Amino acid sequence: MTAIAAHLPPTRWWHSRAVYRFMRHHLALVGIAMITLLVLACTIGPYALPYDSLHIDLRARFAPPLSGHHYFGTDPLGRDLAARLLMAGRVSLLVGFSAMLLSTLIGTLVGVTAGYRGGWIGAALMRVVDGFLSYPSIFLVLALAATLRPSPVMITVIIAVTSWMETARIVEAEVRSLREREFVQAARMVGLSRRHIMFREVLPNAMGPIIVAASLAVARAILLEAYISFLGYGIQPPLPSWGNMLNGAQQYLASAPWLAIIPGAAITIAVTSFNFIGDGLRDALDVRNDHF
Amino acid sequence: MSAFLLNRFSQSIVLLVIVSIIGFTVLNFMPGGPLAQFGLDPGMTQKDIARLAEQLGLNRPLWLQYLDWAWRLIQGDWGHSFRDGSSVLAVIGRHLLATLLLMGTSTALAIAVGTWIGIRGATHRYSLFDYCATICAMVALSVPTFWFGLIGIYIFTLKLGWVPAGNMYTIGDGSVMDYLHHLILPSLVLSLVHVAIWSRYMRTATLDALSQDFVKTARAKGVSERRILLKHVVGNALLPMITLAGMQLPSILTGALVTETVFTWPGMGRLFLDSLGYSDYPVVMGLLIFSAILVVLGNLIADIVIAIVDPRIRLG
Repeated sequence: MTAIAAHLPPTRWWHSRAVYRFMRHHLALVGIAMITLLVLACTIGPYALPYDSLHIDLRARFAPPLSGHHYFGTDPLGRDLAARLLMAGRVSLLVGFSAMLLSTLIGTLVGVTAGYRGGWIGAALMRVVDGFLSYPSIFLVLALAATLRPSPVMITVIIAVTSWMETARIVEAEVRSLREREFVQAARMVGLSRRHIMFREVLPNAMGPIIVAASLAVARAILLEAYISFLGYGIQPPLPSWGNMLNGAQQYLASAPWLAIIPGAAITIAVTSFNFIGDGLRDALDVRNDHF
Repeated sequence: MSAFLLNRFSQSIVLLVIVSIIGFTVLNFMPGGPLAQFGLDPGMTQKDIARLAEQLGLNRPLWLQYLDWAWRLIQGDWGHSFRDGSSVLAVIGRHLLATLLLMGTSTALAIAVGTWIGIRGATHRYSLFDYCATICAMVALSVPTFWFGLIGIYIFTLKLGWVPAGNMYTIGDGSVMDYLHHLILPSLVLSLVHVAIWSRYMRTATLDALSQDFVKTARAKGVSERRILLKHVVGNALLPMITLAGMQLPSILTGALVTETVFTWPGMGRLFLDSLGYSDYPVVMGLLIFSAILVVLGNLIADIVIAIVDPRIRLG
């Protein structure tokens, strides 16, 4: 075995089968391209546009798209929709991404602990997961967002606290099966500490499912932020987010439909892209296929 | 069967206890606690509030408060609305039917359409239809429900004028046709996500059933493909879908809340948002707990139904 391996050229990560499979997943590449574009547009775009996202101009209220330099038109206060859309993108993407990081962290910690320790600790933790999953997420998020002060950081925390359970379930199942493998037994025999085995030996082997769950978690976090901001309990104006831009759009639907169409399209594009990426990662990392 | 039921019932009760603990924790996050509504009343001094807290037992240890609260929950005493003083359960009851009507219709729609797409995708695997269905499902999963609703209102109400933009019935009409007319758009909007989920699962389940030995046996016996599909495959593929229907309940409720808001549908979701706006915390808490109980019971019912239909589960 070792003799054969020695003759093979050293493998680099970008030569790995996972990367190869990911590159063949067209939808995932489309997703990556669209997210890259969105992120670039949101970071650099606002500097390139002629209007500030907060600049109110009552003479230019309800300008339809493509009128003058207002590429996406203006809102009821005459603010440039394109500028607001890009600034909102910063907020929405950042909240979605941070919420994913936090929820993945919580979910992984709970999942590894429950899966590795097993016994009554594992059972108790997984019942808590079931308990949280019994709440329709938006009811829980809204109740918390309405009572705590809705700053962007708080919204991120609330979304994370209500959406770590999927990751925990996935990690728990993975770790529970890894626990019985030989390398874990070997590590135990060598006398490594439980924490070392949990986080240095077992966790790296469970990274595949975690990465897939994380990419889908970004999609869900962006969607959840959009829901609660649309309903008025998320990101508060004047700070724009894709969700709160739609907040007043319904009453102007007949006269200014672009106010509803454009931010919603941005949300759909971002969320679809992350779902595509998640799907590609699932194929590439060979994670068991449950949904698709 | 009775052992299975007993096991499943006890699991549900444990889950309900955990659900109630989570709910109670959220309740204690509410600003100012249950007496917040009196904080702004000029007729109440700080002393009065302290006396009330003493009277209502709000200065007892938390676990004792929880037990007391949970006991009253079981007895059906869910508190009273701050808004009009009527009992929380009665308020929820007034809005329950509207939500169930919306959820029921859209679930039926999602099951019918999703089953068809799923089976067709499985029998015509990797066809253009299958490919489009896969992509459409992923996009549908990513569309915010409220946006889909707004687009629906824009096209079908404002441009085409086919359906009303909201409410459950026209005041002064209220016939069955009138209800249906108001129901079409919101239930279509709510069902979109679930058509996507359902069709993907159904595709997998059908492929699974198609690869079973009994299908090969049937083919070897010369049974027609159509008959195999209808008699052997669909039935087996639909079985796991019963569990899925239960599992989807939380997301249907989430979707219902958003849909009800966009279409001013007088259901539980709209009640929840109205109550949040009025800081009517007893109703908010009641709905929060109620929705979770609904989910737990829904899953329990799904498990019981599947155990009745599929003997392998209750024996295994």
